Amino acid sequence: MQKSFSRPSGESVDVIRDVGFTLRHGEVGGFIGPSGCGKTTMLRIIAGLDRNYRGSISGGAGRRLGMVFQEPRLLPWRTVEDNVRLVAPQVSEIELSALLEVLELAPHRSHYPGELSLGLARRAALARAFAVDPDLLILDEPFVSMDDALAARLRDELALLVDRHPVTTLLVTHDVEEAARLADRLFLLAGRPTRIVAELTIPEPRNARSAEVIASIRSAVARRIAMPDQHAP
Amino acid sequence: MVRLASLVLFVGIWFVAALLAGDRMLPGPAAVLANVLGEAASGALFVNLAATLARVLLAFGLAMVAGTALGLLMGRITLADRLGDPWLVVLLNLPALVVIVLAYIWGGLTEVAGIAAVAVNKLPNTIVMVREGARALDPGLDEMARVFAMPRWKAFRHVVLPQLAPYIAAAGRSGLSLVWKIVLVVEFLGRPNGVGFEIGIAFQLFDVTRILAYALAFVAVMLVIETLLVQPLERHAARWRIRTA
Repeated sequence: MQKSFSRPSGESVDVIRDVGFTLRHGEVGGFIGPSGCGKTTMLRIIAGLDRNYRGSISGGAGRRLGMVFQEPRLLPWRTVEDNVRLVAPQVSEIELSALLEVLELAPHRSHYPGELSLGLARRAALARAFAVDPDLLILDEPFVSMDDALAARLRDELALLVDRHPVTTLLVTHDVEEAARLADRLFLLAGRPTRIVAELTIPEPRNARSAEVIASIRSAVARRIAMPDQHAP
Repeated sequence: MVRLASLVLFVGIWFVAALLAGDRMLPGPAAVLANVLGEAASGALFVNLAATLARVLLAFGLAMVAGTALGLLMGRITLADRLGDPWLVVLLNLPALVVIVLAYIWGGLTEVAGIAAVAVNKLPNTIVMVREGARALDPGLDEMARVFAMPRWKAFRHVVLPQLAPYIAAAGRSGLSLVWKIVLVVEFLGRPNGVGFEIGIAFQLFDVTRILAYALAFVAVMLVIETLLVQPLERHAARWRIRTA
């Protein structure tokens, strides 16, 4: 896959070059790279929002997509429940309740997005993405700009959901910890134009990753790419 | 309570002004009310109010639907905006009277010509407001609807329309009052009934009482529409907003 942008001066600049990968059915692929490396651009191409690229994406025809954007992107004039039901009209009451229960949204079902904190709004966006029972789930920095404790809790809830509803997932983040906890396979992005510089498979199942396992993954990642400060915005 | 006091004050000023100006120039509230009741008793009031109201609603509906469609088109498609903008400027600056007279000359003194003339007068105003709304649409929500494969009509109803609602409401608010004023001119110039027609007759007879009676009766009708229809609709559309006051 390759993507170039035109500068105002007219010259064309490649932001992504030779990025190629295949995800197995039900696999969670974690893409790690510094902010501004073109991760979101890659996701937008895969989601079909940007058709101006060279390359090919297969498995696309008729697939159902679920996506969590960097911002929650909920409809402010609809309640949490309606936001979910509008994109997932087929969702049953039982499925919906279970989903809202895991994400601690049950008491906020009939609240409007304006009444929710950012953490709750992110949860609602997650609920919406899972409710469509997607063939491909795309998560674009789902926990960015949240405090660590809250992000950790949401990450655990997300891990639980992914184990309950196995779905091929693309997770993009600049937070190594997040990717190490959630993904089955890590793809490290770096360079300019961006390409995949390393691939790491995590054999341990998600619910059995001890602090040591996470630490070893982190150092393995750090050996391969120089990441800027984790908590820089 | 404050509104009522303000209304009482208005009637009081009217009363005093009528005493000073004399019956011929400005009849008092009592005389006007008696005239309204007399017209109501003969039934003429209701026939004329109904005729005017029907024209207002038709022209208003026409202008709002067409204006919203065109405004949305121009706000979203650059080519449509470029093509339509000069026409819009012409329409915006065309005096209402010119449109009405031309409509009557080209279309004859018919109901269709009259209502079309009113609608054309309101149309550019609606287009301008809705176009502004269409330009302010959130691309993020648009992408959300596309990613989740929302059907077109559903996305329009639940994603686009609620974002346009404040702009359409503003166009409607100012539109209803604009339309009824223009309908009166249309009736004055070329319809055989309605409030404007009655005021035309009263003008020829210098009957200020009747002019005020019909004008106030119709203002009352519009006030009822405003409180019973427009305001509840606005409250419903704004139910999700956090109330700040």
